[in-house]
Amino acid sequence: MKKQTPDNPADNSLSRVDGHVKVTGAATYSAEYAVPGLVHAVLVTSTIARGSIKAFDLQEAETAPGVLAIITHLNAQPVPGWPAPKQPAERAPAGTAFRVFYDPFIYFDGQPVAMIVADTRERALHAASLVRVTYQQEPHQTHFEKNIGKAAIPLNVQRSKNSPFQDYTRGNAGAWAQAEIRIEAEYTIPTQHHQPLEPHAIVAVWEAGDKLTVYDKNQGVKSAQGQLAQAFKLPREHVQVVSPYIGGAFGSGIRVWPHTVAAVMAAKQVRRPVKLVLGREQMFTSVGYRPYTVQKISLGAGKNGQLQAIVHEGVGQTSMYEEHLERTVQGTRTIYACPNVTTRYRLLPLDVNTPTWMRGPGDATGMFALESAMDELAFALQMDPLEFRLKNYAESDPERNLPWSAKALRECYALGAEKFRWENRQMQPRAVSRNGMLVGYGMASSLYGFHRHPSKARAVLRADGSVTVQSATMDIGPGTGTAMTRIAAGVLGMNAKKIRFELGHSALPDAPGQNGSSTIPSVGSAVYVACESLKGKLLALAGEMDERFKAGRQAVVRDGQVFGSDEDKDGLSFADILKHHHLNELEAAEESKSGAERDQYSMYSFGCHFVEVQVHPLTGEVRVTRVVTCADVGAIINHKTARSQSIGGVVGGIGMALMEHSEMDHRFGRYVTSDFAGYHIPVHADIPAIEVYYIDKPDVHVNPIGSKGLGEIAIVGVAGAVANAVFNATGRRIRTLPITPDKLI
Amino acid sequence: MRPFQYLRPKTVGEAVTMAADHPDAQYIAGGTNLIDLMKRGITSPSTLIDINHLPLKKIEHRYDRTRIGALALNSDVAQHKLVTRRQPLLAEALLAGASGQIRNMATVGGNLLQRTRCSYFYDVAMPCNKRNPGSGCSAEGGINRTHAIFFNANEKPSCIAVHASDMCVALTALDTDVVIAGPNGERTLPFKDFHRLSTQQPELDTYLAPGELVTAIEVQDNAFTEHHHYLKVRDRASYAFALVAVAAALQMDGGKIWEARVALGGVAHKPWRYWAVELMLRGNAPSEKLFREVAEHEMRSAKAGEYNAYKINLTANAMVAALKTAAGIS
Repeated sequence: MKKQTPDNPADNSLSRVDGHVKVTGAATYSAEYAVPGLVHAVLVTSTIARGSIKAFDLQEAETAPGVLAIITHLNAQPVPGWPAPKQPAERAPAGTAFRVFYDPFIYFDGQPVAMIVADTRERALHAASLVRVTYQQEPHQTHFEKNIGKAAIPLNVQRSKNSPFQDYTRGNAGAWAQAEIRIEAEYTIPTQHHQPLEPHAIVAVWEAGDKLTVYDKNQGVKSAQGQLAQAFKLPREHVQVVSPYIGGAFGSGIRVWPHTVAAVMAAKQVRRPVKLVLGREQMFTSVGYRPYTVQKISLGAGKNGQLQAIVHEGVGQTSMYEEHLERTVQGTRTIYACPNVTTRYRLLPLDVNTPTWMRGPGDATGMFALESAMDELAFALQMDPLEFRLKNYAESDPERNLPWSAKALRECYALGAEKFRWENRQMQPRAVSRNGMLVGYGMASSLYGFHRHPSKARAVLRADGSVTVQSATMDIGPGTGTAMTRIAAGVLGMNAKKIRFELGHSALPDAPGQNGSSTIPSVGSAVYVACESLKGKLLALAGEMDERFKAGRQAVVRDGQVFGSDEDKDGLSFADILKHHHLNELEAAEESKSGAERDQYSMYSFGCHFVEVQVHPLTGEVRVTRVVTCADVGAIINHKTARSQSIGGVVGGIGMALMEHSEMDHRFGRYVTSDFAGYHIPVHADIPAIEVYYIDKPDVHVNPIGSKGLGEIAIVGVAGAVANAVFNATGRRIRTLPITPDKLI
Repeated sequence: MRPFQYLRPKTVGEAVTMAADHPDAQYIAGGTNLIDLMKRGITSPSTLIDINHLPLKKIEHRYDRTRIGALALNSDVAQHKLVTRRQPLLAEALLAGASGQIRNMATVGGNLLQRTRCSYFYDVAMPCNKRNPGSGCSAEGGINRTHAIFFNANEKPSCIAVHASDMCVALTALDTDVVIAGPNGERTLPFKDFHRLSTQQPELDTYLAPGELVTAIEVQDNAFTEHHHYLKVRDRASYAFALVAVAAALQMDGGKIWEARVALGGVAHKPWRYWAVELMLRGNAPSEKLFREVAEHEMRSAKAGEYNAYKINLTANAMVAALKTAAGIS
């Protein structure tokens, strides 16, 4: 049998350990917990973008069948962790997270204004349609371009000198004007919404008035536990958050949103367990979105293709009550060797709900602009876009002046170009057609910073020789349990089928939420050290039984047994070791975190995407016909699930490039695309076969498993690669996403 | 969703009587549109008359017509031999519509009666003349990227929404009759007179009288089985409503076009038949130049709003592309 260790990862991948329960419907998602006495809450949301509630007419709703309670700001029991509302009421100042049913003010369209609790969801929905609200309307500002003059340095940044969102300059800020070849352009990304298959949902259960259990869709049970404990002034251990299965999440579950608090309030007020499921249209105003962002990029290079100056300015939208900051311009400081770089980041507060992180937050937005601009400058130079990037390859981090912990982007470029057959690309646009369609090639680079947070894991060997590994991490889709099982199996030399990985429960050992591509680097490391520790304890026990296994010898674990050496054929099973020592189980719990290496190396994941599009010359329809994506994320833990994650990122990037667009009618300050007929995401027919390649070399400086994050770089850059391919096919440079037929006609 | 009463008639006569007895009732077949409308509060019938058990599924050939029962499923019609052999344009259009799952539920009669997909119509918080007559048209002066560019020449439109069906665009290009049962027996309407243009009563999509039930459509045999194309331009490859759709059918012989049909979807309150173009094509040899000329001819009468001006070029281009494919020239 081959070794299953992280340094031999090309071995037969594990299939998803929870695949069977997911496809057979046995997995329980948040809305599916059948708690006795469960009742249903439905939110009524505002239809104006700014103003205040004058009055409710609840007569019809109150008398509708099945209604148990109607909760509004007028009768909601105070949330103990919130200050008492001011009298007379005052609008929340900037910097305050939205508080549901707290004051009469309307901060955005789609804001919850009332909540029906009824015995069935259908009856709650019907009663919700009978609630009449009268508003004192005030003029709202939702139009980005019309308000761009109000964009400013975020308050958070003004207060913090060391904020990474501060204006940045290295070299000469005026260098661009002197460059031989220059381009300058503005790029716009419209609002894009989180719409995972499973809408957000929660079942909230109070026990004895001071103990709360929530079955909730989120991306971090520990942070949800902390936020709910704080809001309801409970000891942390009195709150349990249970979220073992998540039907897709891409950043929408990082925060505890108003609907979650509302469900907990409702359960408290009616003294019954309450279920609240967001309707698809409510997802547009309840769980954040990728913010509307306008960027200006000025690029200058010498005639030889050497970059001389980059100026990257970005303005993102946020709400009036809260700032949401993104890394929009920050990747530009790092990705290419360029002596003169200036970045500026501003926020524009509007009468909208607060945006949030969405896969590759900031970087996906920024890299669309930068990688489009790089393509524009390459064309101005009449240089191959890949050659142009290689010419400006950063051998060390130009921002922090540190060596990379590891960087194999050059190998990514080479591998991707070879697999894609990039050499067939024509420099001149509209040069290739096939079956009456214009064909174009485009590429883009990708990077994402390395995030590793302190994480704990516990590994327990049972009397039957099976192992349970636990950590309060999450699986929002990538297959966390599968990857962790693989790590544990590798360390312990065990069949993966005898290992069970538990996640998604706040009672498990501390782990960060699943975001920022940090799970494998953080939790994977914790699982690795916990299993190493368990192995150490096991070998010590074995050593007491037999000289061959004593410390300092060549003892190894394999097939659930301890052997004296690799060649040894006479093993001692784990179960027998426990039995000999009269142990029911053997436990090891460890914490893993970063050390001094963070100050010695600059750590990033890198990648690149190659895209072929076909564009109909008469109708302007763009179809992506081929994608090769290549990543350097250190060691790959489990190829099969990694590949799925890369494919998912590319699909998201194609949606971003060609379809996704939440359009608002600014007369109403209300979205007009608030369902799947209006908000387009790719369907199967839009997605070609996607080829995924990894360099798969461990980064020995980042953590004990040599593995970096993959989730974000899978999408970062894809939209730029598509837009560049569209230019190559048509000669049309589309700088405002999405690239729909109307823009190419 | 408002609570409703559910009735299940066994015969067409019984269904029509039920409808007459319950003025607020709606027929339900596949429900692929009606359920959405009920969930969003756009339609709130007090009674649903479930017609799924009526014997209206048959697809047959009688004399010179293909008769398709109103309850035949879109997916069954699209692959029925009679349809693929005698009315391939119709099959093409059906397969361009919705998704496989929806076509498995949606019926021919329901397809005729689906409401517009204008987003203002679907949001009860916004003014809409079609949903709430007299409240105003939000699309005019709003986000009208998907809206109409052709209107009734004699009247200012009170609604600029477009008809959403693909199937109906093909039926408009062909010679189709709609068979209707009502309290006073059966009647037949030519397909071109079935849907309404936007008038001062935009809440009405068709000339069906209250309580009437579509029982079948009949499509005349034709000589378009060789040269036809349904081209649907959309924001993604599948499961999106048409930005513009073109049903093109040609009868060709000896290098000349003897008969032509062109109908458009996504451009008007009902599928739009291009009579002038058809006349201009007749007797001519097919060429890109000819198609470009005739396509641009009638675009002069198009009127666009802030977001849908692209449709004028796109419609002409799509027509050229569809006619080229139908004629078999590259």
